[in-house]
Amino acid sequence: MSEEQKQNGARSGEGEAQAEAPAAAAPQAPESAPATESASRADGAKPADEQPKAVQESAETPRQAAQPQAADESPQAPPQPAEAPQQPAAPQPGVEPKHTATPQPAGETQQSAPQPAAGPSQPAATAAGEKRPLTDEEKEARRQAALAARAAKLAAQGGAAAGAAAGAAAGARAAAGGAAAAGGEGTQEPPKPSPNQPKLDRAVQLLKELVAEDAVEEATLNPFNDDMPTLVIRGEHWLKAAQTLRDHPEFGFRYLRNVAGVDHETHMEVVYHLLNMDSGDTYCVKVRTNRDNPSVPSVVSVWATANWQEREIYDLLGIVFPGHPDLRRILLPDDWVGHPLRKDYVPLDPEV
Amino acid sequence: MELDLANITLEERRELERNVILGTVEQLKGWVRSNSLWPLTFGLACCAIEMMAAGAPHYDLDRFGVMFRASPRQADVMIVSGTVTKKMAPLVRQLYEQMPEPKWVIAMGSCATAGGPYVRSYSVVKGVDQIVPVDVYIPGCPPNPAALIYGINKLQEKIRYEAKTGKRVTDG
Repeated sequence: MSEEQKQNGARSGEGEAQAEAPAAAAPQAPESAPATESASRADGAKPADEQPKAVQESAETPRQAAQPQAADESPQAPPQPAEAPQQPAAPQPGVEPKHTATPQPAGETQQSAPQPAAGPSQPAATAAGEKRPLTDEEKEARRQAALAARAAKLAAQGGAAAGAAAGAAAGARAAAGGAAAAGGEGTQEPPKPSPNQPKLDRAVQLLKELVAEDAVEEATLNPFNDDMPTLVIRGEHWLKAAQTLRDHPEFGFRYLRNVAGVDHETHMEVVYHLLNMDSGDTYCVKVRTNRDNPSVPSVVSVWATANWQEREIYDLLGIVFPGHPDLRRILLPDDWVGHPLRKDYVPLDPEV
Repeated sequence: MELDLANITLEERRELERNVILGTVEQLKGWVRSNSLWPLTFGLACCAIEMMAAGAPHYDLDRFGVMFRASPRQADVMIVSGTVTKKMAPLVRQLYEQMPEPKWVIAMGSCATAGGPYVRSYSVVKGVDQIVPVDVYIPGCPPNPAALIYGINKLQEKIRYEAKTGKRVTDG
C-alpha cells in the first residue's frame, strides 16, 4: 500500500501538485472562514508580507474555486491567509512520514493527500472540489453548444435568420451543420435495399422448397452486423435444413463458425453462424425452443465442430441436443447442480 | 586439540566469543528452510504471469533461494497465483497434500485471497484458505513481482520467527 502511494507521489509532476493544492484547500475555506479571517485581521497587515511562497502560488492558481469566493467577500487579501494555515494542517500527519526520505515543502506534499490513506474528512472535500467546477463548466459549455446547435438547425430549416447563429462558437456551428446535414440525408433519401436482400430471399425460397414449407419462421437482415442474413428455423426441421445449408451448392456452408445459446426468459435460442469459405458469405441461423424443456436437434453429424459448443450450451443453459454423441458437462464439474447462465439460476453459495 | 575452558587466556576467550555461535537446532533449521523455499510451478491466472516475471532474471527469485520445482514432492511452498475455481479446488487440495512437510502456502492476489473480482461468481472459490491453510496473503490484482518478493520475505520472516520462539503465527 505504502509503495503504491510512494509511486503515486513520485509519478505526479510538480505542476500537477501546484494545481491540485489550491483546489484541495479552497472548498474548505468557507467553513472556517469566519474564525481564521478574524484572526488574520487581528494580526493586521502582517500576513500579507509573511505568506510563504507556496501560498502565494496557490493564491494565483485557484481560478474556478477561489474566484466566486473572492467576489462576495470584500477584500482579496483576507481569504488568502485563511487558506494559509489550513494547507499544511489537515493532510500532513497522514503524509509526512512517508515522505521523510525526500523532504518537500508543505504545499507539494499535499498533492498526495487525496490519495487513498488521506487524512480525516479531507478526501471527500477535495474530490468534490476538484471535480465540481470542471463538470459545471463542462455542463455549461455543453448546454451552450446544444443551444447553438438548435439555433443553427432552426436557421438552416428556415433558410433565413443566419444572424441568430452568428454568435455561436465556431466548433458548435460546425457540429450543428454536420448534424443538420446528417438529418437531411436521413430524411430525404429512401433507405437503399441491401445487397444481401436477394440472398436472403433466395435462401428462404430454397429452404422452403428443399426442407419444408414451414421450415423458416422468420427471415431478416441484421443491420447491426453488415445486414447479415438471419434465418429463424423451426426446431423440427433444423437438422435437415442444416444438411441443406452445408451441402447445397448455392449455400455451401461447410464451416460452422460459432454456436451460442441465449436465454430470452420467454424462450431459449441457439444461434449458429455459418461461413461459406469460397464466397465468404456469412449467415446466421437461430433455432428457438421453449424454456421448460429446451431441446434443439444436434448438428454434430453435419458440423463436427458443434460437438463441444453444444456441450457448453448444455452445461451452462441446460438446452438438450438430441442426437449428440456425448452430451455431458464440459466446463463445470460433473456433479454440478443446475445451469448457471439460465436467468432463473439460483447460486448455491449464500454469499453470491 | 584439547582446550581447558577453565584456564584460557583472554586472547583465546575473545577468539572463542568471535567464532562460536549458540542457538537451537530448530533455529538453524528455520534459517536453512527459509533460505531455500522451493515453490511449486503452478499458476492459475494472470497472477501467474507476475509470478513468472518474479522468477525471471529481472527480479530473479533465485537470489532468495526460491527455485520453482515441477513436482509437488520436491516443493515446500505453494504459491496460489490466481483464481481458484470450484472445479480446480480439489486439484489444488491434492497438490497441497502431495507436498512433503514442512510446507507453506502463499495466497497471491485478491482472487486467491478472497475471490477477488469474481467473488459474486457462481464458479469461484472465495479464497483459497477455504481449501488449504494459508500462511501469507499478498494483496493486489495482480500483485507485481516486488509484492510477491515482499510476501516471500514475510514468509521467511515467519518461518524464522516460529523456529526461534516456538510460537505459531497463525493456526495454519
